[in-house]
Amino acid sequence: MSGLGFIMRKDEVPQDQGILENYKEVVYAVDDQGRYVPVPSKGWSAKTEANELAWVGINLQIEKTRKLVLAGKLSPLAYHMELNHMKPGLLGKYVGFSRWRVRRHLKPSIFSRLKPEVLERYATVFKITADRLKTMDG
Amino acid sequence: MRETFTHQHHAHCESGVFASLLCHHGVDISESMAFGIGSGLFFSYLPFVKVYGFPLTAYRIAPGGIIKRASKRLGIRFKYESFRDEEKGMAALDLALAGGRPIGLQTGVFWLPFFPPAYRFQFNAHNLIVYGKEGDDYLISDPTLDRPVKCPSSDLRKARFSKGFLAPKGKMYYPVEVPRDLDYPKAISQGIREVCSKMLTRIHPLVGVPAIRAMARKVPAWPQKKGEKYAAGQLANLIRMQEEIGTGGAGFRFVYASFLQEAGDMFGMDELLSLSERMTKVGDRWNTFAYKAAPVCKRRRKGGAAYVELRDILLDCADQEYGIFSDLRRVKF
Repeated sequence: MSGLGFIMRKDEVPQDQGILENYKEVVYAVDDQGRYVPVPSKGWSAKTEANELAWVGINLQIEKTRKLVLAGKLSPLAYHMELNHMKPGLLGKYVGFSRWRVRRHLKPSIFSRLKPEVLERYATVFKITADRLKTMDG
Repeated sequence: MRETFTHQHHAHCESGVFASLLCHHGVDISESMAFGIGSGLFFSYLPFVKVYGFPLTAYRIAPGGIIKRASKRLGIRFKYESFRDEEKGMAALDLALAGGRPIGLQTGVFWLPFFPPAYRFQFNAHNLIVYGKEGDDYLISDPTLDRPVKCPSSDLRKARFSKGFLAPKGKMYYPVEVPRDLDYPKAISQGIREVCSKMLTRIHPLVGVPAIRAMARKVPAWPQKKGEKYAAGQLANLIRMQEEIGTGGAGFRFVYASFLQEAGDMFGMDELLSLSERMTKVGDRWNTFAYKAAPVCKRRRKGGAAYVELRDILLDCADQEYGIFSDLRRVKF
């Protein structure tokens, strides 16, 4: 990179380890003649860092929920909901329940009395079995 | 229409899908040309709409808008279908594939298993192409990836019928009428005119250059007002929207510069070439912003003065873009 006023040149396109793992993405850069060409790139540290920070936030939230479930304050449904980046409103749309009904199911006492059919509906959304929905194994 | 579908690697999903589909129908159009004609470039900052807890910041127009505009301006007719019933939606896809044509789909990224986990957020407006089926797997050409991939039908179904903001509702589309001669000059000038008027809007500071300025001015206050941690998260969110996969870097500014260059060559207009160079410079400025903001959001660098510096970079971006679009609007075709 030419200092900080870096014009993106074909041979200077960042190739840091990115979030796409073994895929590459395309970045537009200029060649020696100033012509634009699409250049494959592995990634750029600046955006990898920004992505990592987003995941730190998400994982923190999951961990907080996991502790609340262990403490008996929330049902395991809350944990799986967080794991799938959902809020009660969005999960409700997937299972066809209203937001407040999903919210009720986050209470351990109510969750433990749910019918197998209801559990099955949640489990299908999360791509797990109804038995695993009652635990916090992934 | 060609016999076999060829995968193309592009920066952005929607303009990439458009270019790939048209190529298959014998129209050789680049991704940046599709992006420019479709008036893809934009800026919008909506503090009252939250995505993953942070204000919605967009560097491109609303999903679906690029294909809609580009096809209309080039006189290409697309067929769009969406479905309430998941079964019907999947059956319609199979039927359309049996007709031998590649199909564009709107999907939710979170459910697509071929993406690495770090990329899988609840985002419902990712476009990709399905070009065949092998057993229970669909053959997928995702323009943002460097090679074709496969996706089991149960996962694709989930992705097509993901719920929430911008829910795709199984939307599928493909070109049905592609004229032999495309009127590029008209389409390009229409595309440019719309971008200029949107970026230079004076009605409210929610879109265009005024939105960049309005956002920039708030940046120094973030750490005190919302706390260091939230401010860092907000910066990270800006970088992600600007730089992550599917943007071609610098919040689409490089893609647009590439479009202006191509248009300049096509018409032999030096004005457009020099505007393309200026666009590249702004792209560089946006990149500098990301480059300088990353250490701040990782909190390797303390807030305060750093946020003021970031504001100044953003204001510079706004000033330069104001100049570019003012001049671009005056270009006669």
